[in-house]
Amino acid sequence: MEAGYGAVRVLHGVSIEIHEGETVVLLGTNGNGKSTLMKCIMGIVRPDAGEIVLETDGRRTNLVGRSPEEIVNLGIALVPEGRRLFPVLTVEENLRLGAYRRAARPDLERNLAFCFEAFPVLRERQRQLAGSMSGGEQQMLAVARALMSNPRILLIDEPSVGLAPILVSRVIAKIRELKEIYQLTVLMAEQNFNQATKIADRGYIIVHGQIEFEGHSTRELTEHALVKKYYLGV
Amino acid sequence: MRGRALLAVAVALVVLAVALTRLSANQYYYFAAYVIFQYVVLATAWNILGGYTGYVNFGSAGFFALGAYTAAILIKAFPVPFPVLLLAAGTVGGLLGLSLGYLTLRLRGVFFSIATLALAVVLQTLIVNWEYAGGSRGIYTMRPATVLFFDNYVEFLFVVMLILALGALATARWIEHSRLGRGLAAIRDNEEAAECMGVPTLRLKLVAATVSGALMGIAGAPFPYYVTYMEPASTFNLDYAVNSLAMPMIGGATTWVGPLLGAVLLGTAQQIATVTISSALNLLIVGVVLVAFVILAPDGIIGLVRRRRGGRHA
Repeated sequence: MEAGYGAVRVLHGVSIEIHEGETVVLLGTNGNGKSTLMKCIMGIVRPDAGEIVLETDGRRTNLVGRSPEEIVNLGIALVPEGRRLFPVLTVEENLRLGAYRRAARPDLERNLAFCFEAFPVLRERQRQLAGSMSGGEQQMLAVARALMSNPRILLIDEPSVGLAPILVSRVIAKIRELKEIYQLTVLMAEQNFNQATKIADRGYIIVHGQIEFEGHSTRELTEHALVKKYYLGV
Repeated sequence: MRGRALLAVAVALVVLAVALTRLSANQYYYFAAYVIFQYVVLATAWNILGGYTGYVNFGSAGFFALGAYTAAILIKAFPVPFPVLLLAAGTVGGLLGLSLGYLTLRLRGVFFSIATLALAVVLQTLIVNWEYAGGSRGIYTMRPATVLFFDNYVEFLFVVMLILALGALATARWIEHSRLGRGLAAIRDNEEAAECMGVPTLRLKLVAATVSGALMGIAGAPFPYYVTYMEPASTFNLDYAVNSLAMPMIGGATTWVGPLLGAVLLGTAQQIATVTISSALNLLIVGVVLVAFVILAPDGIIGLVRRRRGGRHA
Protein backbone atom coordinates (compact mmCIF):
# COMPACT_ATOMS: atom_id res chain seq x y z
CA MET A 1 0.00 0.00 0.00
CA GLU A 2 1.10 3.53 -0.75
CA ALA A 3 -0.28 6.69 0.81
CA GLY A 4 0.44 10.30 1.60
CA TYR A 5 -0.96 13.75 2.12
CA GLY A 6 -1.07 15.91 -0.99
CA ALA A 7 2.39 15.95 -2.49
CA VAL A 8 4.02 14.35 0.53
CA ARG A 9 4.50 10.61 0.22
CA VAL A 10 4.41 8.85 3.57
CA LEU A 11 4.02 5.17 2.84
CA HIS A 12 6.05 3.65 0.01
CA GLY A 13 4.81 0.16 -0.61
CA VAL A 14 4.08 -1.11 2.86
CA SER A 15 2.77 -4.64 3.17
CA ILE A 16 1.77 -6.23 6.44
CA GLU A 17 -0.37 -9.15 7.46
CA ILE A 18 -2.16 -9.83 10.72
CA HIS A 19 -3.81 -13.11 11.57
CA GLU A 20 -6.83 -13.62 13.72
CA GLY A 21 -6.09 -13.51 17.43
CA GLU A 22 -2.61 -12.12 17.05
CA THR A 23 -1.10 -9.08 18.68
CA VAL A 24 1.16 -7.45 16.14
CA VAL A 25 3.26 -4.44 16.93
CA LEU A 26 4.30 -1.81 14.44
CA LEU A 27 7.54 -0.30 15.68
CA GLY A 28 8.94 2.96 14.47
CA THR A 29 9.97 6.36 15.67
CA ASN A 30 8.02 9.54 14.93
CA GLY A 31 7.26 10.39 11.34
CA ASN A 32 7.78 6.98 9.80
CA GLY A 33 4.18 6.39 8.82
CA LYS A 34 2.68 4.38 11.68
CA SER A 35 -0.30 6.66 12.17
CA THR A 36 -0.84 7.07 8.45
CA LEU A 37 -1.05 3.32 8.11
CA MET A 38 -3.64 3.20 10.90
CA LYS A 39 -5.63 6.00 9.30
CA CYS A 40 -5.59 4.19 5.97
CA ILE A 41 -7.04 1.07 7.57
CA MET A 42 -9.79 3.16 9.19
CA GLY A 43 -10.64 4.89 5.92
CA ILE A 44 -9.63 8.32 7.21
CA VAL A 45 -6.77 8.60 4.74
CA ARG A 46 -7.30 7.12 1.31
CA PRO A 47 -4.34 5.14 0.01
CA ASP A 48 -3.00 6.09 -3.43
CA ALA A 49 -2.34 2.52 -4.40
CA GLY A 50 -2.69 -0.96 -3.06
CA GLU A 51 -5.40 -2.62 -1.07
CA ILE A 52 -6.39 -3.36 2.49
CA VAL A 53 -8.19 -6.66 2.76
CA LEU A 54 -10.24 -7.95 5.61
CA GLU A 55 -10.83 -11.67 5.47
CA THR A 56 -13.67 -13.04 7.56
CA ASP A 57 -14.98 -16.59 7.23
CA GLY A 58 -13.30 -16.89 3.85
CA ARG A 59 -14.92 -13.70 2.54
CA ARG A 60 -12.54 -11.01 1.35
CA THR A 61 -13.54 -7.37 1.75
CA ASN A 62 -11.44 -4.58 0.33
CA LEU A 63 -11.47 -1.67 2.76
CA VAL A 64 -10.05 0.90 0.36
CA GLY A 65 -12.70 3.43 -0.60
CA ARG A 66 -14.95 2.65 2.33
CA SER A 67 -15.94 5.33 4.83
CA PRO A 68 -14.77 5.14 8.45
CA GLU A 69 -18.30 4.38 9.53
CA GLU A 70 -18.47 1.33 7.22
CA ILE A 71 -15.13 0.16 8.52
CA VAL A 72 -16.26 0.52 12.13
CA ASN A 73 -19.31 -1.47 11.10
CA LEU A 74 -17.03 -4.26 9.86
CA GLY A 75 -15.74 -4.60 13.41
CA ILE A 76 -12.55 -2.55 13.34
CA ALA A 77 -11.96 0.10 15.98
CA LEU A 78 -9.18 2.61 16.42
CA VAL A 79 -7.73 4.08 19.59
CA PRO A 80 -6.29 7.18 17.97
CA GLU A 81 -2.92 8.68 18.74
CA GLY A 82 -3.16 11.33 21.43
CA ARG A 83 -6.44 9.70 22.50
CA ARG A 84 -8.73 12.16 20.69
CA LEU A 85 -11.41 12.10 23.35
CA PHE A 86 -14.44 14.36 23.43
CA PRO A 87 -13.05 16.60 26.17
CA VAL A 88 -16.16 18.55 27.12
CA LEU A 89 -18.43 15.55 27.09
CA THR A 90 -18.66 13.31 30.14
CA VAL A 91 -16.93 9.95 30.43
CA GLU A 92 -20.23 8.20 29.92
CA GLU A 93 -21.09 10.29 26.86
CA ASN A 94 -17.68 9.45 25.41
CA LEU A 95 -18.33 5.76 25.90
CA ARG A 96 -21.81 5.94 24.40
CA LEU A 97 -20.35 7.64 21.33
CA GLY A 98 -18.03 4.67 20.94
CA ALA A 99 -21.15 2.59 20.29
CA TYR A 100 -22.52 4.86 17.58
CA ARG A 101 -22.48 2.15 14.94
CA ARG A 102 -25.73 0.33 14.40
CA ALA A 103 -24.58 -3.17 15.23
CA ALA A 104 -23.18 -2.05 18.59
CA ARG A 105 -26.37 -0.43 19.80
CA PRO A 106 -28.27 -3.47 21.07
CA ASP A 107 -25.31 -4.38 23.30
CA LEU A 108 -24.69 -0.83 24.44
CA GLU A 109 -25.76 -1.20 28.07
CA ARG A 110 -24.00 -4.53 28.45
CA ASN A 111 -20.78 -3.16 26.95
CA LEU A 112 -21.02 -0.12 29.16
CA ALA A 113 -21.24 -2.39 32.18
CA PHE A 114 -18.23 -4.39 30.91
CA CYS A 115 -16.23 -1.21 30.45
CA PHE A 116 -17.02 -0.03 33.94
CA GLU A 117 -16.02 -3.41 35.26
CA ALA A 118 -12.75 -3.46 33.34
CA PHE A 119 -11.98 0.15 34.23
CA PRO A 120 -13.46 0.85 37.68
CA VAL A 121 -12.01 4.34 37.57
CA LEU A 122 -14.28 5.17 34.65
CA ARG A 123 -17.35 4.17 36.64
CA GLU A 124 -16.30 6.51 39.43
CA ARG A 125 -15.83 9.30 36.95
CA GLN A 126 -18.69 8.64 34.58
CA ARG A 127 -20.22 12.09 35.13
CA GLN A 128 -16.89 13.90 34.94
CA LEU A 129 -15.75 15.68 31.78
CA ALA A 130 -13.27 13.52 29.88
CA GLY A 131 -10.85 16.40 29.43
CA SER A 132 -10.52 16.88 33.17
CA MET A 133 -9.05 13.43 33.83
CA SER A 134 -5.38 12.52 34.08
CA GLY A 135 -3.48 11.27 31.03
CA GLY A 136 -3.56 7.64 32.14
CA GLU A 137 -7.28 7.74 32.80
CA GLN A 138 -7.84 9.39 29.45
CA GLN A 139 -5.92 6.63 27.70
CA MET A 140 -8.01 4.03 29.53
CA LEU A 141 -11.13 5.88 28.39
CA ALA A 142 -9.88 5.95 24.79
CA VAL A 143 -9.38 2.17 24.87
CA ALA A 144 -12.74 1.61 26.56
CA ARG A 145 -14.47 3.85 24.04
CA ALA A 146 -13.04 1.84 21.15
CA LEU A 147 -14.27 -1.38 22.79
CA MET A 148 -17.80 0.02 22.98
CA SER A 149 -18.18 -0.60 19.26
CA ASN A 150 -17.81 -4.35 19.81
CA PRO A 151 -14.77 -4.67 17.57
CA ARG A 152 -12.99 -7.84 16.54
CA ILE A 153 -9.93 -5.95 15.45
CA LEU A 154 -8.48 -3.24 17.61
CA LEU A 155 -5.99 -0.74 16.25
CA ILE A 156 -4.08 1.11 18.93
CA ASP A 157 -1.98 4.07 17.92
CA GLU A 158 0.80 4.86 20.39
CA PRO A 159 -0.92 4.23 23.70
CA SER A 160 2.22 5.30 25.57
CA VAL A 161 2.29 8.87 24.28
CA GLY A 162 2.50 11.40 27.09
CA LEU A 163 2.21 8.88 29.89
CA ALA A 164 4.49 8.28 32.85
CA PRO A 165 6.39 4.94 32.59
CA ILE A 166 4.36 3.33 35.37
CA LEU A 167 1.13 4.26 33.57
CA VAL A 168 2.46 2.89 30.28
CA SER A 169 2.95 -0.53 31.87
CA ARG A 170 -0.51 -0.36 33.34
CA VAL A 171 -2.12 0.54 30.01
CA ILE A 172 -0.17 -2.18 28.19
CA ALA A 173 -1.17 -4.77 30.81
CA LYS A 174 -4.78 -3.68 30.46
CA ILE A 175 -4.64 -4.07 26.71
CA ARG A 176 -3.32 -7.61 27.10
CA GLU A 177 -6.07 -8.44 29.58
CA LEU A 178 -8.81 -7.03 27.35
CA LYS A 179 -7.44 -8.84 24.33
CA GLU A 180 -7.87 -12.14 26.18
CA ILE A 181 -11.39 -11.31 27.41
CA TYR A 182 -12.71 -10.03 24.10
CA GLN A 183 -10.60 -12.37 21.91
CA LEU A 184 -9.39 -9.44 19.91
CA THR A 185 -6.93 -9.16 17.10
CA VAL A 186 -4.65 -6.26 17.91
CA LEU A 187 -2.41 -4.06 15.79
CA MET A 188 -0.48 -1.66 17.97
CA ALA A 189 1.78 1.12 16.77
CA GLU A 190 4.43 2.01 19.29
CA GLN A 191 7.81 3.56 19.69
CA ASN A 192 8.21 2.28 23.22
CA PHE A 193 9.94 -0.94 22.24
CA ASN A 194 10.27 -2.52 25.68
CA GLN A 195 6.62 -2.09 26.55
CA ALA A 196 5.28 -3.08 23.15
CA THR A 197 7.22 -6.33 22.96
CA LYS A 198 5.78 -7.37 26.33
CA ILE A 199 2.46 -8.18 24.71
CA ALA A 200 3.32 -8.59 21.04
CA ASP A 201 3.38 -11.98 19.33
CA ARG A 202 5.46 -10.56 16.52
CA GLY A 203 6.06 -7.26 14.79
CA TYR A 204 7.24 -5.06 12.01
CA ILE A 205 9.73 -2.22 12.03
CA ILE A 206 8.73 0.65 9.83
CA VAL A 207 11.32 3.19 8.70
CA HIS A 208 10.58 6.08 6.32
CA GLY A 209 7.36 4.52 5.14
CA GLN A 210 8.80 1.10 4.39
CA ILE A 211 8.83 -2.13 6.32
CA GLU A 212 12.51 -2.57 7.20
CA PHE A 213 12.20 -5.73 9.13
CA GLU A 214 9.64 -8.36 9.93
CA GLY A 215 10.16 -10.13 13.24
CA HIS A 216 8.33 -13.43 13.53
CA SER A 217 8.75 -13.39 17.28
CA THR A 218 9.63 -10.84 19.90
CA ARG A 219 13.04 -12.50 20.16
CA GLU A 220 13.74 -11.88 16.53
CA LEU A 221 12.74 -8.28 17.00
CA THR A 222 14.94 -7.81 20.04
CA GLU A 223 17.93 -9.26 18.25
CA HIS A 224 17.55 -7.19 15.15
CA ALA A 225 20.27 -4.66 14.45
CA LEU A 226 17.83 -1.80 13.88
CA VAL A 227 16.24 -2.35 17.22
CA LYS A 228 19.59 -2.44 18.89
CA LYS A 229 20.50 0.78 17.18
CA TYR A 230 17.29 2.73 17.71
CA TYR A 231 15.85 1.42 20.90
CA LEU A 232 18.47 -0.33 22.93
CA GLY A 233 21.31 2.02 22.10
CA VAL A 234 23.80 -0.77 21.55
CA MET B 1 -43.10 12.73 31.43
CA ARG B 2 -41.14 15.96 31.26
CA GLY B 3 -41.86 16.02 27.55
CA ARG B 4 -45.57 15.76 28.21
CA ALA B 5 -45.44 18.56 30.77
CA LEU B 6 -43.68 20.78 28.25
CA LEU B 7 -46.29 19.91 25.62
CA ALA B 8 -49.00 20.98 28.07
CA VAL B 9 -47.19 24.27 28.66
CA ALA B 10 -46.94 24.80 24.91
CA VAL B 11 -50.65 24.17 24.34
CA ALA B 12 -51.50 26.43 27.28
CA LEU B 13 -49.36 29.19 25.76
CA VAL B 14 -51.14 28.97 22.43
CA VAL B 15 -54.56 29.04 24.12
CA LEU B 16 -53.45 31.98 26.22
CA ALA B 17 -52.17 33.80 23.13
CA VAL B 18 -55.46 33.28 21.31
CA ALA B 19 -57.33 34.47 24.38
CA LEU B 20 -55.13 37.56 24.52
CA THR B 21 -56.12 38.49 20.99
CA ARG B 22 -59.73 38.68 22.27
CA LEU B 23 -58.74 41.62 24.45
CA SER B 24 -58.69 44.81 22.50
CA ALA B 25 -55.20 45.66 23.58
CA ASN B 26 -52.82 48.03 21.88
CA GLN B 27 -51.75 46.47 18.55
CA TYR B 28 -48.17 47.33 19.32
CA TYR B 29 -47.90 44.47 21.81
CA TYR B 30 -48.69 41.90 19.12
CA PHE B 31 -46.17 43.53 16.83
CA ALA B 32 -43.47 43.45 19.48
CA ALA B 33 -44.24 39.90 20.60
CA TYR B 34 -44.13 38.74 16.98
CA VAL B 35 -40.56 40.01 16.66
CA ILE B 36 -39.51 38.25 19.85
CA PHE B 37 -41.07 34.94 18.75
CA GLN B 38 -39.39 35.35 15.38
CA TYR B 39 -36.08 35.62 17.17
CA VAL B 40 -36.87 32.51 19.19
CA VAL B 41 -37.19 30.63 15.89
CA LEU B 42 -34.06 32.17 14.39
CA ALA B 43 -31.94 31.67 17.51
CA THR B 44 -33.12 28.08 17.92
CA ALA B 45 -32.47 27.35 14.25
CA TRP B 46 -29.00 28.89 14.43
CA ASN B 47 -28.24 26.87 17.51
CA ILE B 48 -28.85 23.52 15.80
CA LEU B 49 -25.86 24.12 13.53
CA GLY B 50 -23.92 26.65 15.61
CA GLY B 51 -24.48 25.43 19.14
CA TYR B 52 -24.97 21.68 18.77
CA THR B 53 -22.59 21.08 15.87
CA GLY B 54 -20.12 23.92 16.35
CA TYR B 55 -20.39 25.46 12.89
CA VAL B 56 -20.93 29.21 13.33
CA ASN B 57 -23.27 30.61 10.70
CA PHE B 58 -23.02 34.34 10.06
CA GLY B 59 -25.50 34.19 7.23
CA SER B 60 -28.76 33.81 9.17
CA ALA B 61 -30.06 37.04 7.62
CA GLY B 62 -29.67 35.43 4.20
CA PHE B 63 -31.73 32.39 5.19
CA PHE B 64 -34.38 34.54 6.84
CA ALA B 65 -34.60 36.91 3.88
CA LEU B 66 -34.68 34.02 1.44
CA GLY B 67 -37.72 32.64 3.28
CA ALA B 68 -39.34 36.07 3.30
CA TYR B 69 -38.70 36.66 -0.41
CA THR B 70 -39.87 33.17 -1.32
CA ALA B 71 -43.16 33.98 0.38
CA ALA B 72 -43.41 37.49 -1.11
CA ILE B 73 -42.77 36.25 -4.64
CA LEU B 74 -45.26 33.40 -4.25
CA ILE B 75 -47.90 35.82 -2.97
CA LYS B 76 -47.23 38.10 -5.92
CA ALA B 77 -47.42 35.23 -8.43
CA PHE B 78 -50.37 33.16 -7.17
CA PRO B 79 -53.03 33.46 -4.53
CA VAL B 80 -51.48 30.80 -2.27
CA PRO B 81 -52.86 29.74 1.10
CA PHE B 82 -50.78 30.63 4.12
CA PRO B 83 -49.47 27.12 5.02
CA VAL B 84 -48.03 26.78 1.51
CA LEU B 85 -45.90 29.86 2.19
CA LEU B 86 -44.42 28.20 5.26
CA LEU B 87 -43.79 25.00 3.36
CA ALA B 88 -42.17 26.74 0.39
CA ALA B 89 -39.98 29.00 2.53
CA GLY B 90 -38.96 26.01 4.64
CA THR B 91 -38.07 23.99 1.55
CA VAL B 92 -36.00 26.74 -0.02
CA GLY B 93 -34.28 27.47 3.29
CA GLY B 94 -33.63 23.77 3.79
CA LEU B 95 -32.08 23.40 0.33
CA LEU B 96 -29.83 26.38 0.96
CA GLY B 97 -28.93 24.81 4.30
CA LEU B 98 -28.10 21.54 2.58
CA SER B 99 -25.69 23.29 0.23
CA LEU B 100 -24.20 25.06 3.23
CA GLY B 101 -23.77 21.63 4.78
CA TYR B 102 -21.62 20.55 1.86
CA LEU B 103 -19.39 23.56 2.53
CA THR B 104 -18.44 21.96 5.84
CA LEU B 105 -16.62 19.30 3.82
CA ARG B 106 -13.86 21.74 3.04
CA LEU B 107 -14.30 24.63 5.43
CA ARG B 108 -14.11 24.63 9.18
CA GLY B 109 -13.99 27.19 11.96
CA VAL B 110 -13.66 30.80 10.97
CA PHE B 111 -13.38 29.97 7.25
CA PHE B 112 -16.79 28.36 7.29
CA SER B 113 -18.20 31.45 9.01
CA ILE B 114 -16.73 33.78 6.40
CA ALA B 115 -18.26 31.66 3.65
CA THR B 116 -21.72 31.91 5.27
CA LEU B 117 -21.39 35.68 5.45
CA ALA B 118 -20.48 35.72 1.76
CA LEU B 119 -23.48 33.51 1.01
CA ALA B 120 -25.82 36.12 2.51
CA VAL B 121 -24.18 38.91 0.51
CA VAL B 122 -24.52 36.93 -2.73
CA LEU B 123 -28.20 36.29 -2.05
CA GLN B 124 -28.81 39.96 -1.34
CA THR B 125 -27.10 40.94 -4.58
CA LEU B 126 -29.31 38.49 -6.47
CA ILE B 127 -32.47 39.96 -4.99
CA VAL B 128 -31.32 43.55 -5.59
CA ASN B 129 -30.89 42.71 -9.25
CA TRP B 130 -34.11 40.75 -9.67
CA GLU B 131 -36.78 43.01 -11.07
CA TYR B 132 -39.72 40.71 -10.35
CA ALA B 133 -38.78 40.57 -6.65
CA GLY B 134 -38.81 44.35 -6.52
CA GLY B 135 -35.08 44.86 -6.85
CA SER B 136 -33.67 47.45 -4.51
CA ARG B 137 -36.96 49.41 -4.61
CA GLY B 138 -38.61 46.68 -2.61
CA ILE B 139 -41.80 44.69 -2.87
CA TYR B 140 -45.29 45.40 -1.51
CA THR B 141 -47.46 42.63 -0.16
CA MET B 142 -51.18 43.08 0.42
CA ARG B 143 -52.55 41.34 3.49
CA PRO B 144 -55.71 39.38 2.90
CA ALA B 145 -58.70 41.53 3.86
CA THR B 146 -60.06 39.02 6.31
CA VAL B 147 -58.64 36.11 8.19
CA LEU B 148 -60.54 33.27 9.75
CA PHE B 149 -61.25 33.53 13.47
CA PHE B 150 -59.09 36.60 14.15
CA ASP B 151 -60.16 40.24 14.19
CA ASN B 152 -57.13 41.42 12.33
CA TYR B 153 -54.08 40.07 10.57
CA VAL B 154 -51.44 41.09 13.08
CA GLU B 155 -53.14 39.06 15.79
CA PHE B 156 -53.18 36.10 13.45
CA LEU B 157 -49.47 36.48 12.68
CA PHE B 158 -48.74 36.81 16.39
CA VAL B 159 -50.33 33.42 17.09
CA VAL B 160 -48.71 31.84 14.00
CA MET B 161 -45.26 32.96 15.06
CA LEU B 162 -45.82 31.67 18.59
CA ILE B 163 -46.70 28.26 17.16
CA LEU B 164 -43.64 28.35 14.91
CA ALA B 165 -41.44 29.23 17.88
CA LEU B 166 -42.85 26.33 19.89
CA GLY B 167 -42.35 24.04 16.90
CA ALA B 168 -38.72 25.12 16.52
CA LEU B 169 -38.09 24.56 20.23
CA ALA B 170 -39.68 21.11 20.07
CA THR B 171 -37.49 20.22 17.07
CA ALA B 172 -34.35 21.42 18.84
CA ARG B 173 -35.24 19.56 22.02
CA TRP B 174 -35.91 16.39 20.08
CA ILE B 175 -32.58 16.63 18.24
CA GLU B 176 -30.75 17.30 21.48
CA HIS B 177 -32.03 14.14 23.12
CA SER B 178 -31.69 11.90 20.08
CA ARG B 179 -28.77 9.92 18.73
CA LEU B 180 -28.46 12.66 16.15
CA GLY B 181 -27.84 15.17 18.91
CA ARG B 182 -25.19 12.99 20.50
CA GLY B 183 -23.45 12.65 17.16
CA LEU B 184 -23.59 16.41 16.63
CA ALA B 185 -22.10 16.99 20.09
CA ALA B 186 -19.26 14.64 19.14
CA ILE B 187 -18.62 16.64 15.96
CA ARG B 188 -18.60 19.87 17.94
CA ASP B 189 -16.18 18.50 20.49
CA ASN B 190 -13.75 16.70 18.18
CA GLU B 191 -14.76 16.08 14.61
CA GLU B 192 -11.76 13.90 13.81
CA ALA B 193 -12.43 11.65 16.78
CA ALA B 194 -16.10 11.46 15.85
CA GLU B 195 -15.09 10.21 12.44
CA CYS B 196 -12.78 7.59 13.97
CA MET B 197 -15.67 6.35 16.10
CA GLY B 198 -17.75 5.74 13.01
CA VAL B 199 -20.05 8.71 13.48
CA PRO B 200 -21.25 9.56 9.94
CA THR B 201 -20.07 13.13 10.31
CA LEU B 202 -20.97 14.45 6.88
CA ARG B 203 -24.49 13.03 6.96
CA LEU B 204 -25.14 14.47 10.42
CA LYS B 205 -23.79 17.87 9.44
CA LEU B 206 -26.00 17.89 6.35
CA VAL B 207 -29.05 17.08 8.47
CA ALA B 208 -28.19 19.80 11.00
CA ALA B 209 -27.55 22.41 8.31
CA THR B 210 -30.76 21.50 6.46
CA VAL B 211 -32.96 21.62 9.55
CA SER B 212 -31.36 24.88 10.65
CA GLY B 213 -31.81 26.45 7.22
CA ALA B 214 -35.39 25.26 6.88
CA LEU B 215 -36.38 26.72 10.26
CA MET B 216 -34.77 30.06 9.38
CA GLY B 217 -36.62 30.10 6.07
CA ILE B 218 -39.91 29.35 7.83
CA ALA B 219 -39.22 32.19 10.27
CA GLY B 220 -39.10 34.53 7.28
CA ALA B 221 -42.26 33.24 5.58
CA PRO B 222 -44.84 35.42 7.43
CA PHE B 223 -42.56 38.47 7.17
CA PRO B 224 -44.04 39.98 3.95
CA TYR B 225 -47.48 40.03 5.57
CA TYR B 226 -46.02 41.39 8.77
CA VAL B 227 -44.25 44.40 7.24
CA THR B 228 -46.32 44.62 3.99
CA TYR B 229 -43.34 46.33 2.37
CA MET B 230 -39.90 44.70 2.15
CA GLU B 231 -36.69 45.87 0.59
CA PRO B 232 -33.35 44.00 0.50
CA ALA B 233 -31.33 46.26 2.80
CA SER B 234 -33.64 45.80 5.77
CA THR B 235 -34.62 42.20 5.07
CA PHE B 236 -30.99 41.09 4.83
CA ASN B 237 -30.16 43.29 7.80
CA LEU B 238 -27.18 42.47 9.93
CA ASP B 239 -29.53 42.57 12.96
CA TYR B 240 -30.85 39.14 12.06
CA ALA B 241 -27.43 37.58 11.63
CA VAL B 242 -26.03 39.09 14.81
CA ASN B 243 -29.09 38.45 16.95
CA SER B 244 -29.58 34.84 15.92
CA LEU B 245 -25.97 34.18 16.87
CA ALA B 246 -25.81 36.34 20.01
CA MET B 247 -29.05 35.08 21.55
CA PRO B 248 -28.00 31.41 21.83
CA MET B 249 -24.55 32.41 23.03
CA ILE B 250 -26.01 34.60 25.75
CA GLY B 251 -28.59 32.01 26.75
CA GLY B 252 -26.27 29.01 26.48
CA ALA B 253 -25.60 27.23 23.23
CA THR B 254 -25.60 23.57 24.19
CA THR B 255 -29.27 23.25 25.11
CA TRP B 256 -32.59 24.24 23.57
CA VAL B 257 -33.41 26.43 26.58
CA GLY B 258 -30.46 28.74 25.86
CA PRO B 259 -31.68 30.30 22.61
CA LEU B 260 -35.16 30.66 24.15
CA LEU B 261 -33.79 32.55 27.15
CA GLY B 262 -31.47 34.66 25.01
CA ALA B 263 -34.16 35.54 22.48
CA VAL B 264 -36.75 36.45 25.10
CA LEU B 265 -34.37 38.53 27.22
CA LEU B 266 -32.49 40.26 24.43
CA GLY B 267 -35.54 40.56 22.18
CA THR B 268 -37.55 42.19 24.96
CA ALA B 269 -34.69 44.53 25.85
CA GLN B 270 -34.46 45.59 22.22
CA GLN B 271 -38.19 46.20 21.93
CA ILE B 272 -38.17 48.31 25.09
CA ALA B 273 -35.14 50.24 23.89
CA THR B 274 -36.78 50.85 20.52
CA VAL B 275 -39.77 52.51 22.18
CA THR B 276 -38.02 54.34 24.99
CA ILE B 277 -34.70 55.35 23.46
CA SER B 278 -34.08 54.56 19.81
CA SER B 279 -34.06 51.56 17.51
CA ALA B 280 -30.50 52.47 16.55
CA LEU B 281 -29.42 51.19 19.94
CA ASN B 282 -30.49 47.61 19.29
CA LEU B 283 -27.23 46.30 17.93
CA LEU B 284 -25.27 48.23 20.53
CA ILE B 285 -27.19 46.46 23.28
CA VAL B 286 -26.46 43.09 21.69
CA GLY B 287 -22.81 43.96 21.28
CA VAL B 288 -22.29 45.07 24.86
CA VAL B 289 -24.19 42.14 26.34
CA LEU B 290 -22.39 39.66 24.10
CA VAL B 291 -18.95 41.01 25.03
CA ALA B 292 -19.89 40.88 28.71
CA PHE B 293 -21.06 37.28 28.38
CA VAL B 294 -18.06 36.10 26.39
CA ILE B 295 -15.80 37.46 29.14
CA LEU B 296 -17.82 36.64 32.24
CA ALA B 297 -19.99 33.69 31.28
CA PRO B 298 -18.74 31.99 28.12
CA ASP B 299 -21.32 29.22 28.54
CA GLY B 300 -24.23 31.65 28.72
CA ILE B 301 -26.95 31.88 31.32
CA ILE B 302 -27.42 28.12 31.33
CA GLY B 303 -23.70 27.70 31.99
CA LEU B 304 -23.91 30.11 34.92
CA VAL B 305 -26.84 28.25 36.43
CA ARG B 306 -25.09 24.91 36.02
CA ARG B 307 -21.91 26.19 37.56
CA ARG B 308 -23.83 27.52 40.53
CA ARG B 309 -25.54 24.18 40.99
CA GLY B 310 -22.18 22.47 40.68
CA GLY B 311 -21.40 19.79 38.15
CA ARG B 312 -23.11 19.13 34.90
CA HIS B 313 -26.44 17.85 33.75
CA ALA B 314 -27.13 14.19 34.21
